[in-house]
This record gives sequence, structure tokens and C-alpha cells, in this order.
Amino acid sequence: MNYLKKILLFYVDGFRHLSTLGKTLWIIIFIKLFIMFFILKLFFFPNELKNNFDNDHERSNYILEQLTKTK
Amino acid sequence: MTLLDASLIDWSRGQFALTAFYHWFFVPLTLGLSFIMAITESIYLKTGNEEWKKITKFWMTLFGINFAIGVATGIILEFEFGTNWSKYSWIVGDIFGAPLAVEGIFAFFLESTFIAVMFFGWEKLSKKFHLFSTWMVAFGSNLSALWILVANAWMNYPAGMTFNPDSARNEMLSFSDVALSPFAVNKFLHTITSSYVVAAIFVIGVSSWYLLKNRHVMIAKKSIIVASVFGLLSSLAIIITGDGSAYQVAQKQPMKLAAMEGLYNGQKGAGLIVLGMLNPAKEVSNSEDPYYFKIQIPKMLSFLGYRNGDAFVPGIKDLIYGNEQYGIEPAQKRIERGKISVNALKEYKEAKVAGDTAKMNTALATFKETFPDFGYAYFENLERLVPNVALVFYSFHIMVGLGFYFVLLFLIVLWFSFKEKLQQKKWLLRLALFTIPLGYLASQLGWVVAEVGRQPWAIQDILPVFKATSHLSVGAVQTTFFLFLALFTILLIAEIRILVKQIKNGPKE
Repeated sequence: MNYLKKILLFYVDGFRHLSTLGKTLWIIIFIKLFIMFFILKLFFFPNELKNNFDNDHERSNYILEQLTKTK
Repeated sequence: MTLLDASLIDWSRGQFALTAFYHWFFVPLTLGLSFIMAITESIYLKTGNEEWKKITKFWMTLFGINFAIGVATGIILEFEFGTNWSKYSWIVGDIFGAPLAVEGIFAFFLESTFIAVMFFGWEKLSKKFHLFSTWMVAFGSNLSALWILVANAWMNYPAGMTFNPDSARNEMLSFSDVALSPFAVNKFLHTITSSYVVAAIFVIGVSSWYLLKNRHVMIAKKSIIVASVFGLLSSLAIIITGDGSAYQVAQKQPMKLAAMEGLYNGQKGAGLIVLGMLNPAKEVSNSEDPYYFKIQIPKMLSFLGYRNGDAFVPGIKDLIYGNEQYGIEPAQKRIERGKISVNALKEYKEAKVAGDTAKMNTALATFKETFPDFGYAYFENLERLVPNVALVFYSFHIMVGLGFYFVLLFLIVLWFSFKEKLQQKKWLLRLALFTIPLGYLASQLGWVVAEVGRQPWAIQDILPVFKATSHLSVGAVQTTFFLFLALFTILLIAEIRILVKQIKNGPKE
């Protein structure tokens, strides 16, 4: 337990004493992740097969149907 | 295929290429700089000289900037798999799942845990444990790359899998066949060593700028020596791994090799082109001369591709129209077998619905026998089996030319460093500085050769790119294309501005 506390404090202390550059980089990381997961993923990148079909059986059938069309 | 479909495929490919290009802008520096930091820190631990600590901390700062801005840019590629390449994702799912899961569990965990230790632990941990953490960051970063490159290699050489006609997915038969296929091993080694060269050039270029400005002279000189030796050794490794890659391509992707050399008519004792210019009027179906001019090393292509200077190297025409003398069958035969395979899959599906077990077994046997040519079923026009020859040819030759130029640069820089005359050689310092973008260019061109060269295939011989895309509106793909262009360009500008600012500030004296 004492060991885990030491590790936690190590990280907390590290983040507490971040340089200006370190803080800037973390801000960039958070903005980037926000844009990726809460804007791009939600509004622009739906998972086509997951959204259009209810289960894997339907998805397999759709793919097989597409694969067996040669025209 | 309608015009709308063609446009959708092109935009989807363009979007993926754009994302991969930007993602790969960040990766090579992370892979290579992590080892350069680990080496300089090892020297610090061995010598106790504080200057090496300053050197390590400085390059570690630049590593941190590059890592922070580049981290997670690859996730967008995964979004695109689900949206733009949903059919492809479904079909390869089980193959990609295992390597990427291993990456998530081990490599990323290793990398991210020790990065924090590396940055926060300078004054809090023992020198030895800190050094251990730096090496773990280097190994973790490279291990992350391993699994992604294994997945990419599988698309070029789909080994260790079987296609399940019930689920329409590839399922893994042997993890070691996937992870340790000769294609995967060569691809991994060639890619990481080329990344080390990019990082070495970066360190030499930045250090040269300090020498030109007469700032941080000792730090710059020491960094240059480490980076030159590292770059030189990596370059030698690239030559070996490049040879291994070319050999694998000759065996498994002869069309890619033919495109790399602009070889239309197969030859015995084929030469390797050192310098050449393609005739843009040349097509598979005409008899124009493929080159305006060429300078070649006799028999070298045969030797590199088949370990025999007199071996026959098939050209594009041989692979399309066949060559009876050398036992190369025409692509039309593969198209016919592909159609039999697709038809057998259809029959299997219908028999399964009807509950006809005997018919299912017959169809399945035919399907399995003809599956290696499955993807050919979708082609009517034979010329569509040929990649963009000019793009592959020039990308390959510029990449190789730059690779040899880098070897020369490392040697000259090392020579003048040991002679203690480097700082007087202003021309060389300027040359080293302006070589930084060339390192990135060579690295990107390597991907162009690998990816454009294997067109029209998403999975070699099994799934063409145009069967792998989702049915989306072209407008939707265009919108996301330009969104990425804006987002990644902002990130790139941020990276360059922060890096330049930090380089101008220099190491803390």
C-alpha cells in the first residue's frame, strides 16, 4: 500500500511541477483528444457496419452479399 | 464501376493517405530519438560527465514535443477503418485484432508508463533506474511499431490465416506465421532502421545549426558524433533489410518489383536502374520504349530478387499476359479462377440456407482450392492490375538515392568531427541542416513504394481496394478529408513552432 502511495505521489508531484512547455503540451494533447473523440468520432466517423446492422450474423450476410457480387 | 464509385474510392484512398502521411511525420523521430537519448544517457551514467546529462535532457525535450503532438494521430486511421473501410475491417478483423491488442496491452503500456518515469524521475530515482526507464521508452515505442507493421505486412503477404465463409472474416491459424512471416520481419526492421536514420539526420541538422551560430558547441559536437555513428550503423542495417525486403517483394509481389523498376518486358539477367527517366506514353498495351534513358548495373536486379545474376525477372507484360517459357500464367487465368471461387462462395451460402450439406461441402472444397485467386474475380480490365508505375518508380529511386546520400553525409560528418574541423566546414553544416527535410522525404517515399506498389490490392490477391470501401457519399468523405487537412496542418505547424522555439532556446547550460 505504501508502495502504491509512493508511485501515486511520484506522478502527482510530477504533474504539479510541470514546466510551461509541459503544460502547453498537455493542453494540446487534451484539445486533440477532445476533437478526435467528441467531434470527429461522434459526428463524422460512425461505424458503418455497427450502426446499420443489429448483429454479427446480419453483418456477415451483408459482407458475403457484397463479396459475391462481381459486377 | 460507376464514375461516382471511382470518385468515392479515390477520395477514400486520398483521405487515408493524407492521415497516414501526417501520422508518419511524427513516428520516425519518436522511434529514433528515443534510442539516441538512451545512448547519450548511457554515456552519462558511464562517464559521470554532466554535459551528457544536459545533452540527454535537451533531446528528451524535443522527443517529448514530438511525442505529445504526434500521440493518438494514428487513432484517426482506426476511425477511418470503421467508417470508410468497413468491409475491409470486417474481413481482416481477426487478423488485425490480435497484433493490435498485443500492442495495446504491452507496448503502449510500457511506453506510456516509462515516459512519465523518464520525464519526472531525473531527481527522484537512481541514475540506473532512470536509464532503464529511458531504454524502456525506446523499446516500448519500437514495440508499438512492431504490431502495426505486422498487420500491414499481412496485407502484403496474407500468411497464417484462413477465410471463414460463414462469418466472412479471416481467422488466424498461427500467430507466429503472422508475426514472424519474412515479410513482417523485413518490414519491421527496414522501417525502424530507416526511422533511426531520420532521427540521426534531425540531431545532426539541429546540432549543425548550433555550430553555425557558435552556440552550445560542445553539446552539438558530442551529439553529432553519437548521431553520425547511430545513423551510419542504421544505414548499413537499412541496406541489409532493404535487400531482404526487395527479395521478399520479388518472391511474393512481382508486380510491385516490376513497377519499382519500370520493367515491362521480363529479362534474364535483368539490370538494376541507378538513374532513369520513364516514357510517360508507355502503357502495358503499347510497344513504346518504357524509358527515355536509363543507367543500370547489369544483372543486379536478378541477383537481388532471386540471388542469381542470370535469373529471369518477370516484367509487367509477363505478369499480365503470361509467359509460357518461364511458366508465368496470364492474369486472365487467375481472373477465371477468382470467378470460380466467388461463385463457389455464393453456392456455399445458398446451399447452407437450403440445408444441402453435400452441396455445401462441394462448394467449400472448390472455394478453398481457388481462394488464392479470389480477388481477381472483380477485374474485367487487365490493366487495372497494374499500379501507378511512374509514382512507384520515382519514389523508389529517389528513396534509394537519398539513402546512399545519407551514408555519405554520415561518413563525411564523422570524418571532419574526428579531425576536429567540422565547425570550419560551414558548407557541410548548412548541408546537414537542409538535409533534415530530406530524411522525412525518404521515409515517406518508402511508404509510397510499399502502398502504391501493391495497388490495386487492399489484401494481396484477395481483396481489391474498390471492394474494401464503404458505401458513403463522396461529399461526406470530402468533408472529412478537408477536416483532417486542417486539423493535422494545425498540429504540424504547432509542432514545428514549438520545436523551433525550443531549439532556439537551446539546452540549459
